[in-house]
Amino acid sequence: MTIIAQKPHSLTDVPMHYCPGCGHGIVHRLMGEAIDELNIGDKVIGVAPVGCAVFADSYFACDMIQGAHGRGPAIATGIKRSKPEAIVFSYQGDGDLASIGMAEIVHAAARSEHITVIFINNAIYGMTGGQMAPTTLVGQVATTAPKGRDPLLQGWPINICEMLSALKGAKYLERVAVDSPQHVMAAKKAIKKAFENQVKGIGFSLVEVLSQCPTNWGVDPLKSLEFVRTKMMTQYPLGVFKDEGAE
Amino acid sequence: MAEKTLRKGNEALAEGAIRAGCRFFAGYPITPQNEVPEYMAAHMADAGGAFVQAESEVSAINMVYGSASTGTRAMTSSSSPGVSLKQEGISYLASADLPCLIVNMMRGGPGLGNIAGAQGDYFQATRGGGNGDYHIFVFAPNSVEELGNFPKMAYELSEKYRIPAMILADGILGQMMESMSFNFDPIDPKTLGKFDWALDIHKNGAPKNNVFSYKGDNLSADVWSRAKRYGQVEREEVRFEERNTEECDVLLVAYGLSSRACLEALTKAQEKGLKVGLLRPITLWPFPSKRINELAGKVKAVLTVEQSLGQLVQDVRLAVNGKAPVYLNAYPAGDTPSGESILTAAASALKGEGEGLFDLQKYSEGFDYKGGRK
Repeated sequence: MTIIAQKPHSLTDVPMHYCPGCGHGIVHRLMGEAIDELNIGDKVIGVAPVGCAVFADSYFACDMIQGAHGRGPAIATGIKRSKPEAIVFSYQGDGDLASIGMAEIVHAAARSEHITVIFINNAIYGMTGGQMAPTTLVGQVATTAPKGRDPLLQGWPINICEMLSALKGAKYLERVAVDSPQHVMAAKKAIKKAFENQVKGIGFSLVEVLSQCPTNWGVDPLKSLEFVRTKMMTQYPLGVFKDEGAE
Repeated sequence: MAEKTLRKGNEALAEGAIRAGCRFFAGYPITPQNEVPEYMAAHMADAGGAFVQAESEVSAINMVYGSASTGTRAMTSSSSPGVSLKQEGISYLASADLPCLIVNMMRGGPGLGNIAGAQGDYFQATRGGGNGDYHIFVFAPNSVEELGNFPKMAYELSEKYRIPAMILADGILGQMMESMSFNFDPIDPKTLGKFDWALDIHKNGAPKNNVFSYKGDNLSADVWSRAKRYGQVEREEVRFEERNTEECDVLLVAYGLSSRACLEALTKAQEKGLKVGLLRPITLWPFPSKRINELAGKVKAVLTVEQSLGQLVQDVRLAVNGKAPVYLNAYPAGDTPSGESILTAAASALKGEGEGLFDLQKYSEGFDYKGGRK
């Protein structure tokens, strides 16, 4: 019997708690596949965030740590500097990375910490029930922006890849999406590269994944994919913003 | 005999930590502890460790959280306002049962206060300054010698019980120079054993380790199991020093720099024929309540000497539990006690009233503050 498809070895058998239609599970799987293909499973240590992925520590087969909201890049710094032979990733959402943890991500990038950051941007606070995120689109309704985000009151969305690309220490920045098979394949390639960069010692690598949140956007899963394509990609264009490790 | 050298407090502490096997330090500049990160920046790499100047105290303590999770002897240091910022991380370290060393070289507060030495962070250190039910070890050195030697004790107890440890000193102790020697040989952390809970790689199929702070439905069991360790610490790890406590009439209780001034008061008391003794808590948590209670049964009065507005005295009152009158000789906001001022207060304590005894409500008698909007 030949195995054609199976779950990555880098993921555990623990059932994921994510809502139907959510993008987190897809990204976890892509990370698992990338870690397996690079054959680094026995070297990875992961940092789980506060937010929807707070239980990610139980989904990845490697040793994991879960810390305070937004502090993933600092925690990953402490691990990597203490155990340089480890492959360290920080998995973070948009509230975690682009709001409360903005200082941590900017300075980890500026120091070019040799870590891999997977940044899930779904333009909303998920775990707490749909509040406005720093990445919430102009006009997008959230429980703390009931009339839609008004830039004169609540400011404009933050484009993390564009912002970090100004830093010399940021070596690889790419924005991808998981709304279609084609984009999922491209996301896999980017995630794999972000891990491979760490193996090669290239420096700080971050992949921003535009992800769907049908539950808190208040739409069905299909419409959520449409929202990613028509609305999010306008504010957050896909592409490579920095690639200093390119051959 | 170990060689005696003249060292500045902050540098003795930093060197002592490296000798104790500290191999990760993260910190942010703040007076009066800047010599600690500066010393680490100069010497940590040579010891094979890592020094990171963090973007904030919040980030520094979370770097320690990450480093400590790998079983590394990790450390951060700061001073009062900076330690306030670290409280989030300290609460998480306590919740994830991670051993580590945190140093607070206290300065005047609240807020930005001033940069003079002070003891205003006693509550914050001993009550668990962050959210939730927890304790951390709090060690209170009173000399440059102790600053240099306490990191080893702090790491060993912190690791034995999986409880974060704090060295609580003050800006004057950090800045002053004294002759000192290290009472232990430098430790190579590679010779230390491994923890079964630490994050690691190349595990050859060993079960995965998770270090986490979210406990969900297991929180109750988690907190109760930690309470057992706390109880054992209170039974077995109390440390204190006594001077002239045999047949004293007034028992002074003071820690850190205040206790140094008390030593001068003890000498002066003998000259004047006053029977004054001193109990100096070395561990502020666990607190030497039992011994203070025993001594309280033999003295006429207990006098707490502290560079704060009545913090240590609360633990002393709980310990004395009505066995003797407890008075407070307070020096808040960067004020410093002298042997003379303490002795005056000790004489007042014997009479039950007089100069040097501070009572908050008596202090404000007849005072009628008119605040509010105009």
